[in-house]
Amino acid sequence: MEASVQEKYDYIVIGGGVVGAMIARWLSRYEGRLLLIEKEADIGMGCSSANTAIVHAGYDPLPGSLKALMNVRANPMWDQLAGELNFPFERRGDYVVAIGEEELPLVEKLLQQGIQNGVPGMMMIDAGEMRSRERDINPDVSGALWATTGGICDPFQVTVAAAENAVINGATVLLNTKFEDFIWEGNRVIGVKTNRGDFYARWVINSAGIYSDAVMHKAGVRPEFIIKPRKGEYFIFDRAEVQIHNVLFPVPSSRGKGILVTGTLHENTIVGPNGNVIDDKEDTSMTKEGMDELLDGAKKLIPSLNLRHSIANFVGLRPMGNGPCYTPGINYNNDYVIEVPSSVQGFVNLGGIESPGLTSAPAIAEMVVDLMKDAGEEFVAKKDWDPIRPGRPRYAHMTHQERKLLCDMDPRYARVICRCENVTEGEIVAEIHAPVPAHTYDAIKRRTWLGTGRCQAGFDMTRVVAILARELGVSPFEITKRGQGSEYLYRTTKDVEVANVN
Amino acid sequence: MEERNYICTACPMGCKLIVRMEGDEVVKILGNRCRKGETFGRQEAIAPQRMLASTVRVPNGFHPLLPVYTKGSIPKRKILEVLEKIRDVEVMAPIKAEDVIIANVIGTGVDVIASRDMPAKN
Amino acid sequence: MLIKKQYDVVVIGSGPGGLAAAIDAKKSGADDILVIERDVELGGILLQCIHNGFGLQTFKEDLPGPEYAQRYINEARTLGITFLMDTMVMDVTSQRRLYLSSRDFGYLEVDAHAIVLAMGCRERTRAQVRLPGYRPNGVFTAGTAQRWVNVEGYMPGNKFVILGSGDIGMIMARRLTFEGAHVERVLEIQSYLSGLSRNYVQCLEDWGIPLQLNHTIKKIMGKNRVEAIEAVAVDEKWNFIPGTEEVIPCDTLLLSVGLIPENELSKKAGVALDPVTGGPFVDEHFQTSVPGIFAAGNVVHVYDLVDYVSMAGSEAGRSAAEFALAEKARAARYIPLVPGKNVRYIVPHKLDKKALEKGDISLQMRVTRPIEEDVWLEVRGDENSIVRRSERYVRPGEMVTIVLKPKMAAEVEKTGKLTVDIYPKSEA
Repeated sequence: MEASVQEKYDYIVIGGGVVGAMIARWLSRYEGRLLLIEKEADIGMGCSSANTAIVHAGYDPLPGSLKALMNVRANPMWDQLAGELNFPFERRGDYVVAIGEEELPLVEKLLQQGIQNGVPGMMMIDAGEMRSRERDINPDVSGALWATTGGICDPFQVTVAAAENAVINGATVLLNTKFEDFIWEGNRVIGVKTNRGDFYARWVINSAGIYSDAVMHKAGVRPEFIIKPRKGEYFIFDRAEVQIHNVLFPVPSSRGKGILVTGTLHENTIVGPNGNVIDDKEDTSMTKEGMDELLDGAKKLIPSLNLRHSIANFVGLRPMGNGPCYTPGINYNNDYVIEVPSSVQGFVNLGGIESPGLTSAPAIAEMVVDLMKDAGEEFVAKKDWDPIRPGRPRYAHMTHQERKLLCDMDPRYARVICRCENVTEGEIVAEIHAPVPAHTYDAIKRRTWLGTGRCQAGFDMTRVVAILARELGVSPFEITKRGQGSEYLYRTTKDVEVANVN
Repeated sequence: MEERNYICTACPMGCKLIVRMEGDEVVKILGNRCRKGETFGRQEAIAPQRMLASTVRVPNGFHPLLPVYTKGSIPKRKILEVLEKIRDVEVMAPIKAEDVIIANVIGTGVDVIASRDMPAKN
Repeated sequence: MLIKKQYDVVVIGSGPGGLAAAIDAKKSGADDILVIERDVELGGILLQCIHNGFGLQTFKEDLPGPEYAQRYINEARTLGITFLMDTMVMDVTSQRRLYLSSRDFGYLEVDAHAIVLAMGCRERTRAQVRLPGYRPNGVFTAGTAQRWVNVEGYMPGNKFVILGSGDIGMIMARRLTFEGAHVERVLEIQSYLSGLSRNYVQCLEDWGIPLQLNHTIKKIMGKNRVEAIEAVAVDEKWNFIPGTEEVIPCDTLLLSVGLIPENELSKKAGVALDPVTGGPFVDEHFQTSVPGIFAAGNVVHVYDLVDYVSMAGSEAGRSAAEFALAEKARAARYIPLVPGKNVRYIVPHKLDKKALEKGDISLQMRVTRPIEEDVWLEVRGDENSIVRRSERYVRPGEMVTIVLKPKMAAEVEKTGKLTVDIYPKSEA
């Protein structure tokens, strides 16, 4: 994984979120040296690690916006993508639920908007039908929009799988590598300066998520463009106590799609997000007000929800930009920016890729390649490009017979480390040595779902730290939760003299 | 006459004791529900005693630390000194529960003993 | 070591409840007892509870946790109980079949005449008390920290705040102090101590660690690692009282906010749970709603003293043994009916030997091929023929019946199985 300074690449992607990983995967089809840099200790740690995990049908974005175009173009790509990259994905469909008669026209309007966007497979269902599909729904339900093409996925695994597929096809992923500035030759970008040295390339792609504004400003592009984080807080519920299988949206408001109640592929129900616009791009703190807001919002759909059964919360920031609408003449100022700016050569600029960014990622990757072609890049397809990223065994989801075979092959799979989610030592070790390796506790957690259950890592934490230290050949003091500064251990119990106690 | 209040730690009941003192002499103990409480109250008023549990290093042990405890209570004011002593000790596995790890620790007349068997690392 | 397919009693968990159950099941006459432990050694959480205060009832001694466990482990080892360590029970059915995932033995299926659930409890986590703020490293349950400090030999911090005045929290406050760390504060949202008073005296008061009742945490600060917490006073409804906020710098926050019985396996087995305790509904023998499945210790409800956990374990073990022996005796009354020469199948498949004393039992069967000559229909025991009669012919399309009579009961009693042969007299 270590790259020496001053290496030469053809393409550099800044940012290892789902969009950056998907762009890397698309570029890995073509000849050329490809590098993805990520400032954090793992890929997918920003917006891609904390969202609602929904593959949207496409009725929500404003007709004529790039958001709508990308969403509707990307949605049908997901089945093939899930098959090739081996991540969990299900087309469960989703519902926008009207509570009370006064909300019904709003939902019907959404149906019309979906039709305008070109979304297939939508229909209105009546209150009785909605009640029969979700028995815990608010009894005041008056009807719902049912979008059959809506889906849910595991966004961490999508990001990891896309990046790994790029690595399998020759790409390099550098973690803990922070973009600092561009290297120029006239008005042409020829590389990037990072905390780990300079890297040269013919093309640099800005996929820096919440910091994409800072990156494009360094390129002198769109000085007026700014990202305002929209903060989404969430609760996760214990699957043993709360079972909501459906994806349930309330009617949208000016602040976004509203607070959802939705099942996940891990069968835990999640509630969220609220969507307060904040200034601090690092503020992922949970607030008391946010918790109250979530509960009120969720109870509008499922009145019986009880916070006692929540097992965790998380916060995600959406990179809301102020890009003008893709279609000229429409008054809309939060659209995606996806462009090859005319003022700079060798630079692809992305910004404001908020929801439905996860859904749109494959279409965005395709559009980036097309824009580069339009700008004169002559791509040569690799003859041996492998579209497949092999999946890895997940013990918890196997049958008794499959487990028996796996344990006979490798006894490390028989050793359960996370007892709530049934994650084994074999799975942990496999992730530590994967094509995009997991070197922190959270990286393993995101890939295996370990430590996310009822005991919230109480049992597995000490064991995972020991396994990481053993596999990486380092001291347990070097093991972190999510990168430097988040170490677990300070000293041995008996070495009081090294204690920094005042 | 002076009255002192203690919570008895002789068992989990946690009786609230009132110890009446005449100078350095205990004259009456109230609030205890058993004789252990009386003994505790008297001791607590004059020279408090505690049991102590900690760990010592076992470099070749199945675990790196062996839990140990004082076989009997020691003066409370000596605890930090005993802890210092325990911290300096290193033992080798295998160990059996109740093996003496430090005999008559700092002259208290009380042994520090092993709390469990500790096999050697395999 | 060989793991059998069938045990009289299987005990899940080797903490105080499980060990006592196994020991008393054995003493009550159950032969084959299997104890399954997910950790690499026996004893459960007692092994990390190195403080004293255990065994005052059982042994009339003030013992530390590991020694209390050691005494039960030693006894269990002398009784010839089978222990399976580093093994997780993945599934249990109401028919008492267990699926095990074992580091040394792979994936196993084991049947039990009786099961004792002794999985103990788990700690309540940050999410269940809903602490606002960031989610940095350095927020641990007291039990997780206890394992690091006492067993694995690492300190997960130097400057601690403890939320909750549960016993493990107070005991950890003293333990950390003994190992050179600073415990800045213990905060308790209730107006009273949630653990034992003796632990307040010995663990906090003795060492000058301040306890603040009616206080909780308003915010956790620090993005990667805890840097401070903001404490706040609360009113009787647990609302924050504005103006009482105080920032306490620290690198670690320990949570001692309660324990919950661990019943995920119980649910898989179809055991009904009491929503109040979080544990199974049990009768006075600690039998759950599923016959033959018993539960003992903190898996039923959270105890304050280990001695009572052991007592409950003993009772559950005795009851499980009784159930297992009755089940075994019932099973032993049955013998299989085995299709022999030219017989495709027999109904019934097995026979209760005692039932023959009460009246005729007819065996219905079909042959594998037509035999168009005189045949013998013969029922054999292990050593001798029990009944034989003849037919002019047999054909697969026509069912054959043989009747066993009460007078044959004595012969049937002696045998382990009954075999039915149908063959031409010419071959006899």
